[in-house]
Amino acid sequence: MEPDPRDDPSESSRRQFLKAVGVAASAGAFLAGCDEATREAFFQKHFKELDKDELAKVIARLEKDYSAKAGKPVTVDTTPAMDGVLFGYALDLSRCIGCRRCVYACVKENNQSRDPQIHWITVLEMKKERGVDIFESDPYYDSKEVPRPGHFYMPVQCQQCQNPPCVKTCPVQATWQEPDGIVVVDYNWCIGCRCCMSACPYGARHFNWADPSVPIDELNPVTHYLGNRPRPRGVVEKCTFCVQRSRHGKYPACVEICPVGARKFGNLLDPASEVREVIGGKRVFILKEELNTRPKFFYFYGV
Amino acid sequence: MRLFIDFLLGSAKQMLKGNRSYWGWVAFLLACIAVGLVGYASQAGSGLIVTSMRDQVSWAFYIGNFTFLVGVAAAAVVLVIPAYIYQWKPIKEIVIIGELLAVSAITMCLLLVMTDVGRPERAWHMAPWPIGRWNAPSSLLAWDALVLNLYFLLNFAIVTHLLFRAFTKRDYSHRFATPLILFSIPAAVSIHTVTAFLYNGLSARPYWNSAILAPRFLASAFCSGPAIILVVLQVLRRYANLEIKNEAIWKIAELMAYAMFLNLFLFGAEIFREYYSATEHLVFTQYVFTGVHGHDTLVPYAWASLFCSVAAFIIFLVPKTRRNFVTLNFGAFLIYCGVYIEKGIALVIPGFTPSTLGEIYEYFPSRTEVMVTIGVYGAGFLMFTLMLKVAIPIINGSFHLDSRRAAEAGIVQDAATSH
Amino acid sequence: MTLPRPLLLLVAAIISLSCTPSVSSKPALFPPPEGEGTLVADKAPDAPRADAGGEDFPVPPPPFTEGVFPCSDCHASMETDLTRRELGMHDYIKLEHGPRERWCFDCHNPTDRDKLRLASGALVPFSESYRLCGQCHGDKYRDWRVGVHGKRTGFWNGKKQYLLCAHCHNPHSPHFRPLQPLPPPVAPALIKAKGAE
Repeated sequence: MEPDPRDDPSESSRRQFLKAVGVAASAGAFLAGCDEATREAFFQKHFKELDKDELAKVIARLEKDYSAKAGKPVTVDTTPAMDGVLFGYALDLSRCIGCRRCVYACVKENNQSRDPQIHWITVLEMKKERGVDIFESDPYYDSKEVPRPGHFYMPVQCQQCQNPPCVKTCPVQATWQEPDGIVVVDYNWCIGCRCCMSACPYGARHFNWADPSVPIDELNPVTHYLGNRPRPRGVVEKCTFCVQRSRHGKYPACVEICPVGARKFGNLLDPASEVREVIGGKRVFILKEELNTRPKFFYFYGV
Repeated sequence: MRLFIDFLLGSAKQMLKGNRSYWGWVAFLLACIAVGLVGYASQAGSGLIVTSMRDQVSWAFYIGNFTFLVGVAAAAVVLVIPAYIYQWKPIKEIVIIGELLAVSAITMCLLLVMTDVGRPERAWHMAPWPIGRWNAPSSLLAWDALVLNLYFLLNFAIVTHLLFRAFTKRDYSHRFATPLILFSIPAAVSIHTVTAFLYNGLSARPYWNSAILAPRFLASAFCSGPAIILVVLQVLRRYANLEIKNEAIWKIAELMAYAMFLNLFLFGAEIFREYYSATEHLVFTQYVFTGVHGHDTLVPYAWASLFCSVAAFIIFLVPKTRRNFVTLNFGAFLIYCGVYIEKGIALVIPGFTPSTLGEIYEYFPSRTEVMVTIGVYGAGFLMFTLMLKVAIPIINGSFHLDSRRAAEAGIVQDAATSH
Repeated sequence: MTLPRPLLLLVAAIISLSCTPSVSSKPALFPPPEGEGTLVADKAPDAPRADAGGEDFPVPPPPFTEGVFPCSDCHASMETDLTRRELGMHDYIKLEHGPRERWCFDCHNPTDRDKLRLASGALVPFSESYRLCGQCHGDKYRDWRVGVHGKRTGFWNGKKQYLLCAHCHNPHSPHFRPLQPLPPPVAPALIKAKGAE
């Protein structure tokens, strides 16, 4: 599935040439020589600036484009944040066994590129004797069985900071924090400068170094504009707490798949939510707390 | 206005005139650009995957070169300060060359940023409202884009004005030029400071998150920029019939010695802090200087950089070697190498190695990255060459508005400006 | 008369703990004891819902080994032998749960085999086995009820599906079995452009 409008062979050679000549010169020729959809995509406004009609038009264009490429209907949802909801996440380090079921459930749900591979979740294997020591951790462990004796596992994904350094550094406001606390990216606005990747202390942001590829039969057709819709090349993407699910009340895919129930998700503003129970009743710690990013992702020891 | 068209047409003619070595040099630069275009075509076709950058090291060679060249551009200020503030004559004539270098360097910087981003056609998103969504004041890249473009326009305006006035044999307009020239001094400091802050402000990258990063940037820029100018001046003196006094060159070299001292001192302060406190953040410095867990790709470069800088400092400090053009040029070469490695390689890459999740990915530039960078340098130096081709004859008085046209236009020529 | 120091500390700890106000205003952890032989919730064991202290815990059917339930199919016609012995049936069960003294009838009810039996003598259906487990594992029971221990699916702001303890922990050998991990990520050095080596 190639979401980028460069499949037309006559177009792609032209584009290559134009890009090489230079952006300024290319813009005019590019726009003159393109079909209307490409032109609309080029001039598309920032997501937050789209009015109702414009948004409907954009969504119609995207759905048409994605569906045509996928050969099945693909929907693009724009459900906004619910009132009175601030999403939070908790992960039980004493339960996680490092099986990586979450990693691949996430890939499937969120249409991450298979080749080149993009994983929004990285599971780190750590030695019990060293405790949480990132510089001694190993994301490439490949033992026959997990957990390995003497080791524990720490999955890391976007920590959905309340003070997100990535949002601060973005030169074009292509990434921002939604009212429900989810940090999202407008893939049609991102310029791919990767400032946010330098700024993120959690390695949670991932770049489409090439055209992403998702097998058509594995494409999840239920998508959200700010979440798992197909991405073009050259933009940054990240975990959105499965915005296409969570805004409809469902748990994120990683929560649902976890075979040991180590992953907890809910509304931080609801005192009866699972995350609040964790924060109130368990020993909780925050990754790289000293950086004052104020994550809404809490690690805890549920023992 | 008619005069300015004359100036432009005359300039174009100047660029097309030249001996065999001029055309050889131009052909070489065009070849570099061609190499760059071939590289960029492959990058435009397949995406940035043809570079060695990955999520773990997400900025590298392009941005390293960008940082180095921002320093070169900023260094024009070293020449502007004494020339215009202290009215120090011997340097004054050289300033134009420094500013031309700044303009070329900024062009290269902007080209490098454009090659580094994933969606260059969306660069307009960085424009202020209502065109784009310029994320001020919080994004340092947004500020960097602003100050770099401003600095480019500023220097371009100054140089064009100075040369156009000289072309029409008039002294430059003090009311127009002097404020701009004075403003260019803080602007030069600002481009390098903002570029340093681009790295400096990222708490996720402890290697850069040091308060003396911006001062270090300035100190090293005041070494590398003049190092290029020193060599250019000698080349021009020999081949382009431009009168440049030894005194001026030695003065620049002396300033460079002070800058290098500051650079080394700040470096030492950083090294002391890292190794004495030996927190977990030491690992980045260790990666550069000793390697970590057997990953030592950068180690030889880091030591070579340090060796070059120290050796150059000694050469430029001792008056005898400073005044000997063989050792002087060797020193300039050492400085160039030292700072290039320091900024181009030993600054950006260790910031990412190990990554924020502790992973060590040993980055080394891919062929495409090297090709594209060669192309960018080719374009920048071609621009510099063509501008010099116009500027030098104007400075030495051989290219100017003929007096009949001047009389027609009613211009009172000022003999003093053209020697 | 003086108590030994450690004992004193223990007593003090117990007193202070019991004086600490409860963090949540949830009902008591254990339901009040019922009379011997009383069936707490008289529902068929395959009913997916159970009621404990006024709370709803929707759970899927208990994970029985195929063909063993209802137990009474066989056991109703068999004589009950309370002695500890090598079993002729159910030989796949290896009891590795708690101290060695543990025995079938610590949990299974000898008379009505289709029920489990609490220490109080109260009978609970298999679909409410968490109450049996909760007798010893009070902290886990508490965490499970608020969704902190174990897996919940469904809706974070609505209906949730719980799992019984036995869905994840084999009650006869509760330690979580190791799993084969899914493949590690591709190292950055091996991520290449298509068509490149």
